[in-house]
Amino acid sequence: MPRSLALAVGAATLIGLAGCGDPKPAAGDGKIAVEATDTACKVAKTELPAGVSTFVITNKGSKVTEFYVYAGEAVKGEQENIAPGLSRELRVDLKAGAYEAACKPGQTGDGIRVKLTVTGEGKQDDAKVGAAVATYKAYVVKEAADLVPATRQFVDAVKAGDRDKAKALYAPSRLHYERIEPVAESFGDFDPAIDARENNVEAGKEWTGYHRLEKDLWGTADLASDAKLADQLLADVTALADKVKQVELSATDVANGAKELLDEVATTKITGEEDRYSHTDLWDFEGNVAGSKAVVDALRPVLTERDAALLGTLDDKFAAAGVELAKHKVGDGYKLHNQLSPAELKALSDAINALAEPISKVAAVVAR
Amino acid sequence: MDRRKVLGLGAAGVAVAGTGALAGRVIGGGAEPAAAAGAAAALPFHGEHQAGIITPAQDRLHFVAFDVITTKRDELIALLQAWTAAAARMTAGNDAGPVGAVGGAPEAPPDDTGEALGLPASGLTLTVGFGPTLFRDADGRDRFGLADRKPAALADLPKFPGDALRPEISGGDLCVQACANDPQVAVHAIRNLARIGFGKVSVRWSQLGFGRTASTTRDQVTPRNLMGFKDGTNNLKAEDTDLLPDHLWVRPGDGADWMAGGSYLVTRKIRMLIETWDRTSLAEQEAIIGRDKKAGAPLGRTGEHDEIDFESKGADGEPVLPKDAHVRLAHPSQNHNARLLRRGYNFVDGSDGLGRLDAGLFFMAYQRDPHKQFAVVQGQLAKHDTLNEYIRHVSSALFACPPGVTGPDDFWGRKLFA
Repeated sequence: MPRSLALAVGAATLIGLAGCGDPKPAAGDGKIAVEATDTACKVAKTELPAGVSTFVITNKGSKVTEFYVYAGEAVKGEQENIAPGLSRELRVDLKAGAYEAACKPGQTGDGIRVKLTVTGEGKQDDAKVGAAVATYKAYVVKEAADLVPATRQFVDAVKAGDRDKAKALYAPSRLHYERIEPVAESFGDFDPAIDARENNVEAGKEWTGYHRLEKDLWGTADLASDAKLADQLLADVTALADKVKQVELSATDVANGAKELLDEVATTKITGEEDRYSHTDLWDFEGNVAGSKAVVDALRPVLTERDAALLGTLDDKFAAAGVELAKHKVGDGYKLHNQLSPAELKALSDAINALAEPISKVAAVVAR
Repeated sequence: MDRRKVLGLGAAGVAVAGTGALAGRVIGGGAEPAAAAGAAAALPFHGEHQAGIITPAQDRLHFVAFDVITTKRDELIALLQAWTAAAARMTAGNDAGPVGAVGGAPEAPPDDTGEALGLPASGLTLTVGFGPTLFRDADGRDRFGLADRKPAALADLPKFPGDALRPEISGGDLCVQACANDPQVAVHAIRNLARIGFGKVSVRWSQLGFGRTASTTRDQVTPRNLMGFKDGTNNLKAEDTDLLPDHLWVRPGDGADWMAGGSYLVTRKIRMLIETWDRTSLAEQEAIIGRDKKAGAPLGRTGEHDEIDFESKGADGEPVLPKDAHVRLAHPSQNHNARLLRRGYNFVDGSDGLGRLDAGLFFMAYQRDPHKQFAVVQGQLAKHDTLNEYIRHVSSALFACPPGVTGPDDFWGRKLFA
């Protein structure tokens, strides 16, 4: 049972909806149409099941209006300043009981009241959410476990002084880490030790991890002095793999992780900041996007039920991002960041923006 | 949610009349002076023509050109519908989305970005245009089944001598012009529209402008451009009701009926070589422009709005208004009566690597047919204008701005996609 589903049951709470454009306020998707005029307040449905109800209020009158849901004197939700011709949405979480809706043409007085009756116990589908979290946790545990042997091969090559082999293994071994980066980051010390860039290191602290070795490999440093760093990296990823088995994730943690992975792509991979010596940013790009996709796949049963349209958009945009990335595939790997033209980078950036905007809506759907 | 009400600034009454130029918002307590209330007012979004053309030019601009990246016609139409809904909200002084910047689900990113909370509508207008490449892209593809609806007037502008155009800040499939009396309101509008467009459109270039360089109504004072001269004295203005049907608005039968009631917009980013201009003598500056710097009077005259004297000669036998003076070359009488409704803005994009102001004029002009109007005037100027020594045209774009959104069931470009 995920712990953080604070909004799922309980008090009547105004929670609102982050919709995008709403040109057609037709009350599909179980939404309740409210036609507000200067003299009437027509609520399409007045017997409601317990849980979240979404009212779509369209002002067809000539005065600016407001819409309220009251429990006795208490305001359960309100939308103010609905200008003539405009429509607004109001989401209210209501327990069983008697309520009143009110339209207030002219924004004054008690308004035109309509009785609402709410019955039932609300949605109890936490089992699906819990299963989704468990599926995702299994993915994280597996990726962290796979990171260990991949990193071992890499550090062995470093310690053997085999620069070419170590360079070839650098990007592929990191993929496992990039897929689960937000979870690794949630442990505080691991991410700085494993994945810090030089400019992220606090003054007085030693720079360790993948990027330190990256700098040495692509530069002219003597690898003989890197054995200790190599051992440290392997020890850190091994400890991480152990630690993630105990991780407790909430559904919103998981959903937000999908967004954070795409934020990583937008801020550090598109710019070439991440792998500034090796320029292998597109491998990390692939890892971040795959990790984000794993979240959506785990949440699929929940999203199918609650917002199939959003899921459809996500599937479309993941596919489009995959197509864009595949244009730069070379053999088992990718072109280097510094081989991409500004137009190619912009196309990748567009694909990530197209995906990140709908992904940012997943957490609220899961938290419902 | 009303942005001002969120912060407790708003008052009860809001008048959003369907007609009238300034459907003013009543601001609480009467504490704000009338002029400020005027600048803060909400302007009508719906109408026969798009707002932001003959609307009295506001002080600030954020202009953006987009490339359409979706290949689906339905997605493009849905975007125009979503944009229209958001524009109706924002021009009324409301948040971009139905929930707003605050008060929504705590787990969800707000559907408005929030930087305009507490700010009034500020005379915001949003004006949309369609570029030539929307109809047929650079590779000749008809992506959205629109090629046969492309108006002849939207053919590419000719190349002009001296053009130094940068392709990455020129052209575009779509544009949105946001004008407001508060820069934050204009930027907020473009930012939220761009956000709604993610995945469907990608920002190609954008331009901030401060300080209008044209008057579009007679009661506006003629402003000065960064060369220090009054600009736009002879502009087409909203009151020229006998001229606007001939020069500004597209008529039925002009070639593309979906454009009737619309207008074509030409934008040119004109970098000024400010430092060399500033070293030029007053007499030479005035001779180049053809106006007196203080009053803006045409050379040989005394008042800004006096008729231009093309004929009189001075003691040296030369015309008082030089043959290559900017106002002479640009005047309708020299250009087959071509007139423009100019709506440009000064810009300063910081400084360049040499410490020079990266500044100039973001020229915008609306017209019925750019090939019979802008191209004729610019053809003259590009060849003969001495001002060319002090300016560079670095960006150019052409857009077909459709007629106005007539009501809640209409949307930007509905007739184009009908």
